Amino acid sequence: MLKTFPKGGIHPPENKITSSKEIKQMTVPKVVNVPIAQHIGIPAEIVVDRKDKVAKGQVIAKSGGFVSSNIHSPVAGTVTKLDLIIDSSGYKKQCIVIRTDAKDPTNFEEQEFPLKTEIELEPKAILQKVTDSGIVGLGGATFPSQVKLNVREGTKLDYLIINGVECEPYLTADHRLMLEKAAEIIVGIKILMKALHLEKAVIGIENNKKDAINLFKSIIKKEDGIQVAALQVKYPQGGEKQLVRAILGREVPKNGLPLDVGVIVHNVGTIFAIYQAIQYDKPLIERVVTVTGKKLENPSNFWVKIGTPIKDLIAEVGGLPEGTRKLVNGGPMMGKAIKNTDVPVTKGTSGILVIDEEEASRGKAENCIRCGECVAVCPMGLEPHLLMNLSEHGMYEKASAEDIMTCIECGSCSYVCPSHRPLLDYIRFGKNIVKKLETSKK
Amino acid sequence: MSQPIIVSASPHVHSDRTSKKLMYDVVIALIPAFLVSLYVFGISAFIVTAVAVISCLLFEYLIQKYLMKANVTIGDGSALITGILLAFNLPAGLPIWMIVVGSLVAIGVAKLSFGGLGFNLFNPALIGRVFLLVSFPVQMTMWPTAVENNTTIADAVTGATPLGMIKEGLMFGDTMTNISASLPSNLDMFLGLSGGSIGEMSALALLLGGIYLLYRRVITWHIPVTMLATMAVMTGIFWVIDPESYASPLIHILSGGALLGAFFMATDMVTSPMTKKGMIVFAIGIAVITVVIRLFGAYPEGVSFGIIIMNAFVPLINTYFKPRRFGSKIKAKIV
Repeated sequence: MLKTFPKGGIHPPENKITSSKEIKQMTVPKVVNVPIAQHIGIPAEIVVDRKDKVAKGQVIAKSGGFVSSNIHSPVAGTVTKLDLIIDSSGYKKQCIVIRTDAKDPTNFEEQEFPLKTEIELEPKAILQKVTDSGIVGLGGATFPSQVKLNVREGTKLDYLIINGVECEPYLTADHRLMLEKAAEIIVGIKILMKALHLEKAVIGIENNKKDAINLFKSIIKKEDGIQVAALQVKYPQGGEKQLVRAILGREVPKNGLPLDVGVIVHNVGTIFAIYQAIQYDKPLIERVVTVTGKKLENPSNFWVKIGTPIKDLIAEVGGLPEGTRKLVNGGPMMGKAIKNTDVPVTKGTSGILVIDEEEASRGKAENCIRCGECVAVCPMGLEPHLLMNLSEHGMYEKASAEDIMTCIECGSCSYVCPSHRPLLDYIRFGKNIVKKLETSKK
Repeated sequence: MSQPIIVSASPHVHSDRTSKKLMYDVVIALIPAFLVSLYVFGISAFIVTAVAVISCLLFEYLIQKYLMKANVTIGDGSALITGILLAFNLPAGLPIWMIVVGSLVAIGVAKLSFGGLGFNLFNPALIGRVFLLVSFPVQMTMWPTAVENNTTIADAVTGATPLGMIKEGLMFGDTMTNISASLPSNLDMFLGLSGGSIGEMSALALLLGGIYLLYRRVITWHIPVTMLATMAVMTGIFWVIDPESYASPLIHILSGGALLGAFFMATDMVTSPMTKKGMIVFAIGIAVITVVIRLFGAYPEGVSFGIIIMNAFVPLINTYFKPRRFGSKIKAKIV
């Protein structure tokens, strides 16, 4: 019996239609729109001005605080303007617009990165390099990676867990990366093990990616201290609390972090970015994006420069099919619906999902029939129907007492509700207000 | 793009389960029991069921449209199920006007006066049934006996249910050995050839329906298994102590409304607890009340009362048997 987390979870159709498509290099866009808030925390501070010439990989916005991150120019070119552009949040956000220099060779020549296994840097230097390279969690949460690595002295830590679960339907970016860059990822894991003085690491992969599991098993050597954990397929296993529970049987305490049970979790994409930063001094300026949808002509996986407008990606896969009703930045369970195709790819964009009429429309919300399915599937042991009611009726203190803030917004409750009730919508709404009330109290 | 793009919050996909599908799965699961009742009671079972279903749907329509002035939701399948389950809890050949009154109480009083689907505290069909039982005790306990291949209305031939025979016999000081002689065999009870309400005839048909509901994940095992197991254990203890004064657990499970109640009535989503722990407590409660009524009460059968009484405890059960919150008990074992 394969491991998994015990409470709740769902099995949405996987629809991983791009899992056998090799990652292609996306053409360098003519213009990139680079938002300065691509990570959780404080937005970066712009350090360039209009008409400035920037080199590829040059810092264009500096980390604005402890929980923040540097932002680098994904192309060589000229800053044309500093503008407000709608990003995937749906709001206008400060962006640095750079016109690609069509003559600069660094934009177009294929850089070679042969496998480099020796790790020269010392732990402190590794941490500094991760900070400088603007690396954030690429699984979607975009939490600045150096914060996770900056472990306070005396913290008991024994495991590094690598998140290769990719439990979101449709997305295959991590899967492809694991297949194509397995050796590099192993080096990346060793880099982090060195930086954190850890002897044990586990790569967690769901069993629908047997090829990746077998590949890692075949290239890992005994002395590495790295294990591969094949996991049952169950959403939301990629949630770090669920993953730690599944692999190690440890339960992260309420309102706590994996660190509280001696674990640090990083996504495979992040590991690869760290590998490139440490071994080749390459900042985070591109990432793997799955562009997918049932009706698309040629759904694919791409290496995409940060700031590339989504319409470029869609053009690359054959354009928007007739009857498209929704565009999602991310997967269908937790991704954000976007307003238009000008929205740029950011560090957190793991996929672009194109949804047609049939899947896009929600069913009409009907009375709750108290079937208890939302309670059964909630991986956090919450009662979504109750939290929705409390939020709807403004009973925020009660909602807080019922642990509304521990909701991870995985959407399992809304997914299963046979009455199509907007459970997660109301829970999000309630969480926002509870958060505001709690900060105003302090 | 021909139509505007939809911007809504995640999740952007939905499972194909809908309330309607769940309801119609329950209807499908009730078909075997209905076929058995047609075989046993002939046209009278059909008439009772048809009248109950039509009047439940009609009352729901009329009350929603003209009294509540709300959206009419008779298509959601819930009133249909209430109608079928009410009919299944009635004796074949019950006067039509009584069935109509029962339907009015079920839909009007037990369901819509609480606010409609999802808001009712008690199982509507059972409220309708119990209302009729206490109002018309004579007609409600006139059981046409099973006549094989009977196609006429069998209101002339009446007899007692197995549980009724046992209760009566024991009250007059008879022993189980003597009573057993006149009881239908366990096999007959299992197949459905004994007296009783329309839907509780055949244990086999009810089990088939129950297994279908489990297979389709409309219900979970928690309520039916716990309820039947508790009933078996309780009646078993009394039976082992004094087999001459108490019927065997097998008789208790196979006869009366135990299986119908366990698979179709107690599992009603609206009126049962939300958590698995709660469901187990709820099912044990039903079983205890049922057995106490059957063994020591005035009525031979107690499943309806057991379920209704426990329905009243559901809000309390939901409050005290919550799911365990993730991370509320720390099991850290750092080496």
